[in-house]
Amino acid sequence: MAEFTLPELGENVTAGDVVRVLVKQGDTIDKDQPVLELETDKATIEVPSSVSGRVSAVKVKAGDKVKVGQAILTVDGGESATDEKKAEPAAQPAEKRKPEPQPAVEQANPESDEEAEPSRPAAAESAKRPATVLEMRASRQPQAPEPQAQESSEAPVAAAPSVRRLARELGVDIGSVQGSGPGGRVGPEDVKAFVRSSGAGARAATPQARGGGAPPAAPGVASMEKWGEVERRPMSSVRRKTAQHLTIAWEAPHVTQHDRADITALEELRKQYGPRVEKAGGKLTVTAIAARIAAEALRRFPQFNTSLDLPNEEILFKRYVHVGIAVDTERGLLVPVIRDADRKTITEIAAEVAQLSEKARARKLTLEEMEGGSFTITNLGGIGGTAFTPIINPPQVAILGLSRASMEPVYGNGQFEPRLLLPLSLSYDHRAIDGADAARFLRWIAEAMESPLTIFL
Amino acid sequence: MDRGGDGEPADDLPVTSSTQIAVIGAGPGGYAAAFYAADLGFQVALIDADPNPGGVCLYRGCIPSKALLHAAKVAIDAKEAAAWGLEFGRPKINLDKLRSWKNAVVSKMTSGLGQVAKYRKVRYIQGRAGFKDARTLEIASEQLSFEHAIVATGSRPAIPGGFPTDSPRVMDSTAALEVPDVPKRLLVVGGGYIGLELGSVYAALGSEVTVVEMTAGLLPGADRDLAAVLAKRMESICKAVLLETKVVSAADTGKSVRVTLEGKNGKAEAEYDRVLISVGRRPNSQVPGLDKTGVKITDRGFIEVDAARRTAVPNLYAIGDVIGEPMLAHKASHEARVAVDAIAGKKAAFEPYAIPAVVFTDPEIAWCGLTETEAAARGITVEVAKFPWAALGRAMTLDRPEGLTKLLIDPKTERVLGVGLVGVGAGELIAEGVVAVEMGATASDLAMSIHPHPTLSETLMEAAEVFYGHSTHVYKPRRK
Repeated sequence: MAEFTLPELGENVTAGDVVRVLVKQGDTIDKDQPVLELETDKATIEVPSSVSGRVSAVKVKAGDKVKVGQAILTVDGGESATDEKKAEPAAQPAEKRKPEPQPAVEQANPESDEEAEPSRPAAAESAKRPATVLEMRASRQPQAPEPQAQESSEAPVAAAPSVRRLARELGVDIGSVQGSGPGGRVGPEDVKAFVRSSGAGARAATPQARGGGAPPAAPGVASMEKWGEVERRPMSSVRRKTAQHLTIAWEAPHVTQHDRADITALEELRKQYGPRVEKAGGKLTVTAIAARIAAEALRRFPQFNTSLDLPNEEILFKRYVHVGIAVDTERGLLVPVIRDADRKTITEIAAEVAQLSEKARARKLTLEEMEGGSFTITNLGGIGGTAFTPIINPPQVAILGLSRASMEPVYGNGQFEPRLLLPLSLSYDHRAIDGADAARFLRWIAEAMESPLTIFL
Repeated sequence: MDRGGDGEPADDLPVTSSTQIAVIGAGPGGYAAAFYAADLGFQVALIDADPNPGGVCLYRGCIPSKALLHAAKVAIDAKEAAAWGLEFGRPKINLDKLRSWKNAVVSKMTSGLGQVAKYRKVRYIQGRAGFKDARTLEIASEQLSFEHAIVATGSRPAIPGGFPTDSPRVMDSTAALEVPDVPKRLLVVGGGYIGLELGSVYAALGSEVTVVEMTAGLLPGADRDLAAVLAKRMESICKAVLLETKVVSAADTGKSVRVTLEGKNGKAEAEYDRVLISVGRRPNSQVPGLDKTGVKITDRGFIEVDAARRTAVPNLYAIGDVIGEPMLAHKASHEARVAVDAIAGKKAAFEPYAIPAVVFTDPEIAWCGLTETEAAARGITVEVAKFPWAALGRAMTLDRPEGLTKLLIDPKTERVLGVGLVGVGAGELIAEGVVAVEMGATASDLAMSIHPHPTLSETLMEAAEVFYGHSTHVYKPRRK
């Protein structure tokens, strides 16, 4: 038997609130499988297990505050990882308040919410559930109840005006909520429990708990089913975080400046010095070189290394240069940060990029390693493309996108010559940066790539 | 608006200004919207033809009629007090003084609202607004651009064809509220709440009142058991209440109005000194230029809106009488908050369970939520628990035992789905019913809430106890 305790999550992170427990008693878990969704002061993160086996006890539940080192699970080792999930979880506390079975919709997402709602009877056969949920949703009324819905022969839902408003704000059809009060009266707690258990309301509960309202659903989302079959899947925590973050990011007035760098010579150097860097544990990639050049550019154009403090009408100039590198992982986009990239050699940066990317893909990136960036580089060249418009990663004010370099005829010295051109796309926050400066900044980067000596000029 | 043809000098350029929210019409919908929007921090302009906010409700409706009804009730009470040993003699009616008291009430209220608008920095524009487009209003020579507009232009009395509308003897409710005189013979056309309220006033002042109603009963829409109590009273204070009767023709003879009435027993002719037409109200949706904005208007003339009170044009909202029944001030004020909340980006919807209706006759009739008529029409099973006021001490001390309180209860959940009342003060009592229906209260919630004794409010508690078969003052064992 092994005990899994809350591991170190990053510097200055000593505790967090359990948002959800992702496993339940009886589950078989693998090492590195996320078992807990934890909200820290800084972010919501999935905590991977350091042990594998069958969960014999879950020691925390949603809403608990847990400290580093505190026991989360006990796991019986030795069981095969291919064991089927138990159809019937071990005994849950008896259901007292509502003896009748709950509608299937309330049992959606039981893997993650089991601990949040211990009073809910456990559902069997998780494989069947998505279909049940879908049927329930398809047959339900549209979410915004019409005021003149009184044409029906049913009495309106027994819920006070304040409760109806709460449901409306959380995107819940009050008619779907089962009331626990006398005469079936729906109270605010019933609505909140419904949101927690059903995943309804566009995941409204979590942002609500953070004090921000849930963003409104796009028009037509509530009645999507009428156009054909739709499967609703809960967002992963990375997707949810990304969606929230980019909603904020979009507030910045974006401009994207495009340019191309002639990297014919650079490519020669890259091939020449590649093995040397490889010995040092890195890979001499265009990304690593671009990170170093961008770091230099950020020192020379300090307005690109700022953040805006609009309420105080101030601009924060950073005396450090930390460059984030966007990494594509199975779970979604993650951005580890290279500290003090302006004081490191390209070899050092290359090694660090390799190491961080590997950690990102293995879900081992700590919060610390993803924070504090002052600029971001995102390279889609490995996949393809000629240009794109990256979205600024707030509170930063600029981001550099790299597309795929291609050999093109360039006219020079009275003739066309084949040159390797790298498309650069710089998106910047126009509130902080003027267009001409952006053009100069990007040109400087392009020239530095063309003749790296520029850095020392 | 064709500015070329109105004789203004060519160099008189329009004044342009802008606001975040423009509210057109300053009735209880419009001014509630403007004030609430200002409280939320919006820059607001409120436009109305009257010198101060108030609208029909304050200038020509709820408030002046209630002032007159109060005077009427005092006169009736004084007369009935003779039965208890208090004799006052015939009241001397000083019509000028009565009118100026009523006008003073109105002007205190409206000028107060004008002050409140100033405190809230709501820009009040006296004038008539028309739409230049969905972003600009024209008010006289001013062009007011806005981000959002709320149309709250209300309604006006409907006048059916065939009446000599140019005759001073033919009045609508607005004219009747001015009480030009106390006609010896008054014909009230329409037995709805406006006709009955104003008919009661004139009857109390000494007119011989005849009420004609096209349908089979007074107050179409109200439950019959409630209307029956009022009908009995109306019959006693009126010369005649003619049901299933319509006006075939009416003509001003110079001294009176000669009216031909047609009922079940054929036609009859009669002369009246004045005729009050109170057959309903029409929405004021004919705002100049509104048709150019893309706002949709129904066949019946109401502006179409969604649950948030938004019209077909996303930045234009409409509230109150102009969007449909029930045409009630308190419905408009509630919609005002919904519309402003929606503009403020909140998820707002107009979704009340109970819009109380009150008829301020004597006795008053009030109801909210489900009515028996509606329950029958929609096939909703309800149990009706009635408590007759004759069993109530407070009603007896007022010598008004004719009242009735009833609850419409869902037999399965025991929830209160509707409340109906007739009796003195019913209009005040219904508020408790509204809260009960909106909160999803059960009959036992009402029964177990202690009500003060001796008051008329006890009837709500007692009616709930009737449902359980153990009302203290009514012996009526439960069937089940």
